[in-house]
Amino acid sequence: MSHAEIAAPPRAFGQTMRRDVWWLQPALVFCGLSIFIVYSTWAAFQGANYFFGNYVSPFYSPELFGSSPHSWFGPKPGWWPNWLLFSPALLILWAPGGFRLTCYYYRGAYYKAFWADPPACTVGEPRSTYWGERSFPLIMQNVHRYFLYIALIFIGILAYDVWKALWFANGFGIGVGTIVLAINVVLLGGYTFGCHSLRHLIGGFRDNLARSTTSFACYRCVSCLNKRHMLWAWMSLFWVGFSDLYVRLCSLGVWHDFRII
Amino acid sequence: MSDQTVHFKIWRGDAKGGGFRDYSTECTEGMVVLDAVHDVQREQAVDLACRWNCKAGKCGSCSAEINGLPKLMCMARLSELPTEKPITIEPIKAFPIVKDLITDVSWNFEVKKRIKKFKPRPPDAPDGTWRMQQEDIDRVQEFRKCIECFLCQDVCHVLRDHHLHDRFIGPRFLIYAAALEMHPLDVEDRTDELRNAHGIGYCNITKCCTKVCPENIQITDNGIIPLKERVVDKFYDPLGWIWRAWKKKSDRTRKP
Ligand code: SF4
Ligand code: SF4
Ligand code: FES
Ligand code: FES
Repeated sequence: MSHAEIAAPPRAFGQTMRRDVWWLQPALVFCGLSIFIVYSTWAAFQGANYFFGNYVSPFYSPELFGSSPHSWFGPKPGWWPNWLLFSPALLILWAPGGFRLTCYYYRGAYYKAFWADPPACTVGEPRSTYWGERSFPLIMQNVHRYFLYIALIFIGILAYDVWKALWFANGFGIGVGTIVLAINVVLLGGYTFGCHSLRHLIGGFRDNLARSTTSFACYRCVSCLNKRHMLWAWMSLFWVGFSDLYVRLCSLGVWHDFRII
Repeated sequence: MSDQTVHFKIWRGDAKGGGFRDYSTECTEGMVVLDAVHDVQREQAVDLACRWNCKAGKCGSCSAEINGLPKLMCMARLSELPTEKPITIEPIKAFPIVKDLITDVSWNFEVKKRIKKFKPRPPDAPDGTWRMQQEDIDRVQEFRKCIECFLCQDVCHVLRDHHLHDRFIGPRFLIYAAALEMHPLDVEDRTDELRNAHGIGYCNITKCCTKVCPENIQITDNGIIPLKERVVDKFYDPLGWIWRAWKKKSDRTRKP
């Protein structure tokens, strides 16, 4: 039975009986994500000032090809077309970018903030057609778990960068940059290990979950992080941007890295 | 809240149309919106239709939209609402109006019938009983707190704004399906229906349902998203298919 004809007519865009400042949250999300996208795109296209001694910006790690000492496979490959701008960040940023783009939290948040679908709960929408995540293009969001697999590898690589950040030219040490990069891994870890797909794959897919003790213990840990997934998402987003900025400003000589040990 | 006169705009009308009418009533300490509606009904509008039963937030009958937000009238304290402007009270929007604050929610009961029933595995013990872990039951128990107030159905834009009632079962029934699907004894597979007839793909995880649920059920995080992941397992994850086929085969060779 379809109730489409008898339910109340849809409200016009932005129409609502709500009295609170309903637009504030989507506006903050819009601003926060826009600032990050603009900054990270700018930083990724720079292709310079992304390392400072033993520190490397998380936007540029792993550096598959590049001119810094952190590069895995040497300088820019010869086959790279001349007309195509090269930056080591562009080779890898699609992975964390895709991971966040398809994250269940961000999806809900940017559908509201960028696409007004809906602008906020009980607020009228701009379009009368609606496909949801059922058909192309949004059905592609289902690849999220594949981005998760890559993101898990990236956590390992970024953790290794922190290890490298402990070894200065004159031996072991800890600088402010080491701590900045370490916090970055912790926050990204909190975000990645709280992923909904991971929660499912680690044990959530089972109905008799408690039977397998290891899987159940992991499921509980992931669920614990997952409860605050939104908070981890924002903290790690801010900090990964800040980590890049820190390394960049040190490399430009604007900030001086303070050596604690 | 000390005693004061509070102003209301209450929607009056039926399927043919209607509008807001102004009412005022004396409000005292501890009053909820439903008390005020009852006062209005008693003193000023005996024909005002509203549905209620328990006045304890447990029967799910007094759902309405108060200042534009779906709430149970019996749980909405007047002291927590701004009273400078008249408080608006409207019927929920995702279902046809019967009269004033009453809507016809029977569509929901039809939807429930379409969800495959509980199908337990054969009993674990010769006396016909089963064994389950408390932790496994805790997971589905959360969904069983539902009082069927249908506030989540009301706020969900897929039903409320896009009227896709014939293609999408709504958050209430997604968690109903989740409670069955994740049940440790149940062996039925509902993923095909969830993807097709029940339209889980229409949910764009904007979490409005979770925000309004008076039972604080984590509808999206604990119910809908895990179901979406199960749908991915079955329909969208080629590596997963290979992994499971391989695992099935190796399990079979291990237990001859
Ligand atoms: S999260 Fe999904 S089911 Fe809940 S209100 Fe949003 S679209 Fe509807
Ligand atoms: S899930 Fe919550 S909001 Fe939805 S019908 Fe049940 S109790 Fe009401
Ligand atoms: S759901 Fe957010 S990272 Fe997977
Ligand atoms: S009257 Fe029962 S929930 Fe409000």
